Amino acid sequence: MQLLKLNSTLRFMSIRKIAMSLSTLLILASFASFFMKGMNFGLDFTGGTTVEVGFEQSADIEAVRTVLHENGFPDAQVQLFGSSTDVKIRLEPRPTDVKADMLSNQVLDVLEKTGQKVVIRSIEFVGPSVGEDLKEQGGLAMLTALICILLYVAFRFEWRFAVGAVAALAHDVLLTAGLFSILGLPFDLTVLAAVLAVIGYSLNDTIVVSDRIRENFRKIRIDDTIEIIDISLTQTLNRTLVTSITTLLVLVALFVWGGETIHGFATALLFGVFIGTYSSVYVASSVAVMMGISKEDLIPVEVEKEGAEFDEMP
Amino acid sequence: MLNKYPLWKYLMVLAIIGLGMLYAAPNLYGSDPAVQVSGARGAVVEAADLDRVNSILEENELAIKSIKLENEQVLIRFENVETQLKAKDTLAEALGAGYIAAINMAPSTPAWLSSLGGAPMKLGLDLRGGVEFTMEVDMRTAINNQLKQMEQDYRSDLREQKIRYRTVRQVANSERIQLVFRKQELRDQAERYLKKNYPTISFLDDSSNDLAFFAQITEVKLKEIRDYAIKQNLIIIRNRINQIGVAEPNVQRLGKERILVQLPGIQDPAKAKEILGSAATLELRMVDQDNDVRDAMRGRVPAGSEILNDQSGRPVLLKKRVMLEGSHITGAQAGLDQYQRPQVSIQLDSKGGSKMSAFTKDEVGNLMAIVFIEYRPSGKTDADGKALPPIKHEEVISQATIQQRLGRNFQITGVDNPAKAQHLSEMLRAGALVAPIQIVAESTVGPSMGAENVEKGITAVILGFVFVLAFMLVYYMGFGLIANLALAVNLVLIVGAMSILAGATLTLPGIAGIVLTVGMAVDANVLIFERIREELKDGRSPQQAIHHGYDSAFSTIFDANITTLIAAVILYAIGTGPIQGFAITLAIGIITSMFTAIIGTRAIVNALLGGKRIEKLSI
Repeated sequence: MQLLKLNSTLRFMSIRKIAMSLSTLLILASFASFFMKGMNFGLDFTGGTTVEVGFEQSADIEAVRTVLHENGFPDAQVQLFGSSTDVKIRLEPRPTDVKADMLSNQVLDVLEKTGQKVVIRSIEFVGPSVGEDLKEQGGLAMLTALICILLYVAFRFEWRFAVGAVAALAHDVLLTAGLFSILGLPFDLTVLAAVLAVIGYSLNDTIVVSDRIRENFRKIRIDDTIEIIDISLTQTLNRTLVTSITTLLVLVALFVWGGETIHGFATALLFGVFIGTYSSVYVASSVAVMMGISKEDLIPVEVEKEGAEFDEMP
Repeated sequence: MLNKYPLWKYLMVLAIIGLGMLYAAPNLYGSDPAVQVSGARGAVVEAADLDRVNSILEENELAIKSIKLENEQVLIRFENVETQLKAKDTLAEALGAGYIAAINMAPSTPAWLSSLGGAPMKLGLDLRGGVEFTMEVDMRTAINNQLKQMEQDYRSDLREQKIRYRTVRQVANSERIQLVFRKQELRDQAERYLKKNYPTISFLDDSSNDLAFFAQITEVKLKEIRDYAIKQNLIIIRNRINQIGVAEPNVQRLGKERILVQLPGIQDPAKAKEILGSAATLELRMVDQDNDVRDAMRGRVPAGSEILNDQSGRPVLLKKRVMLEGSHITGAQAGLDQYQRPQVSIQLDSKGGSKMSAFTKDEVGNLMAIVFIEYRPSGKTDADGKALPPIKHEEVISQATIQQRLGRNFQITGVDNPAKAQHLSEMLRAGALVAPIQIVAESTVGPSMGAENVEKGITAVILGFVFVLAFMLVYYMGFGLIANLALAVNLVLIVGAMSILAGATLTLPGIAGIVLTVGMAVDANVLIFERIREELKDGRSPQQAIHHGYDSAFSTIFDANITTLIAAVILYAIGTGPIQGFAITLAIGIITSMFTAIIGTRAIVNALLGGKRIEKLSI
């Protein structure tokens, strides 16, 4: 079985200007959303308290909210968490003299006023300074990852490919974060992990494509860069699609059955896989073309073709 | 010959798979909620204790699954967590202070497997339930204490050297002390003297005042202060966790000034927090040798004295008057004296030094005692439900004869063994806590929530796995089957590696990492198989197509995986807890999937097809 039986080369690059405009537009939209709506940062980053409680019967969210708002928790955000009996309550950071366990006891007392029995399922309290540090660390991690990858790809391929790869990654990170901003989904530590996994995934795709472009530059006697890129993209298209499908299959399993706690994680990755696949086709290659990649750039590399070192491997 | 592995390669593949299966196996047996009873302070638990534990549990009608004595501990397994927690509280109360009852998850790994080092994966708090605290050491206070100390030291030094000064005081909100003099020569004299005696402090000119200079704590010294404060707090916290009763606590330093405390299985964060936050101090007092402790035990306690117990419960008659408080202690180290006998060296601040020397002048030849005082939470509440004030808990941790008049530095010799010397120095440091600590983050996961997370995670892994298997089978047929085999082995290898790696903990994001690996691991095979298809289309023979397919896909797979590995390593380096769990499974998954997808599938292909005449491939 084969997804696509391709006998002629698909002209991917012919619409690269449209694709680039689309990407630029989406990035601008993301930035607009960052500035206008901001990020809905999760507890990990902002500090504060979340209490997850289980009710005996289905919880009336409106009633819970009203009870909390009227009894000293005007800032309480209330939402269902997974099932109709589980409720997640989020509170803003309090002055330091209010202790987290006291807070959860108070919340519990107030909730009993709804007339139902309530059990605490989990409490999480993060001090504001911890959250600040985490934001800093998260940003730093992202930057470090991008720089390390840039160096590695520049070393293994060519700097134009490296710039293309990193541009594609930055594109993916911005759009995924943008999606979370536009939809107002909470961006917590697991989502950050997912974004880094998106980097890994998208990079995988980009490397596969770049590798084929490099190979074809050497193998095919055509001087037209665009043509070679189109051939390479066509050749790798089936692989790109198959891998996306298998990854999407497991992500759907995670999204549907993995539980509420990793919902954000699955969402970020589901979106990221689409974006990552698109960016490795359009962003990475288009940027390399814009930087003026050509056949000559890859000829000297041939001397140290990696085949030699790995011949004995399977 | 094309597509043939030498025998050793097949054997290596089989050996790795065998090892993976062996070490993944303990996970099939699961674990039981258990309570572990051990003797406090190294006391040995014997068969008689086992009977006692058994009868206590029987009296309280707490059903047990099994009970046994091993490694000088009684291990009692239970059917469920509720019984376990009830039993822990019951036992802690009934057995008294000589024993420690701690909750634990005891793996039911068969003996032959555990003798080979096999153990199930460690579960993170999000899967197991428990409490996690992030505590921050108040470095500002630690540094200010140090500055106050320096202030005092300089003043007394200058007085001793007869160098008259105008002021010696800390510059507000800084790490420096300003010393002001009346005359230039006095200033220079003082600077020379202090420079010689305090090499870790940098002395700077005061540009606005010729008659003054600054003493500033250097970066090196600051780091030292921080490290010391963290170390001290780590010791204190570890000591206190024994009181909470957790068998596998995790206490570790987190970055520059934080400490992470994980207490798996704990359900009552409030009590744990109180115990962690309780205050401890030290007092140096004289032993009352004029009166007999036995008389005092009979009720005739002399005025001005009182009875306290030492660590093995023996009574000691002490004078009530306090010679020195622990706050004057600035350091304590275990070491050896010139005869290679264990000893503890103690350093005091200058005020403490003069106090000490004044007191010990007339007490040479007498016994001095060190009392450790801790305010432990009572765990009880009054009629209104408010917590009662903590209970003062005093204990004599050392007695020593004063050999001579003591000053700022002195030694306690005649300690039984190096371990005891180490313990004593730790207690001394704990009692002289320089930097207070506070909880800055906390998370509690109930055990039912943990179990639910595990269940959901496993469902997602299985379903994702089945989807991928089905897809690969339909899409690549025969070769798909081979890829599926490799994928199954990959899963076993990940579980095996997670089980034997000491630092690896399975968390919920970790499970997500495994799921993701399942999806991405087939990528290597997809690359190879697509390549083989291309080669076939180009008119190569099946054997050649296989050979070239694997060869030319290799460098692509290698590059792609290395870059993902970079991302995983960075995640691990900066992340904490759950995120590290994700990074670890991702990294392990990348490595095992490279092995199974490249070498593993090739081994199967070679074994089945290698060297044969084949017309058509099932791909």
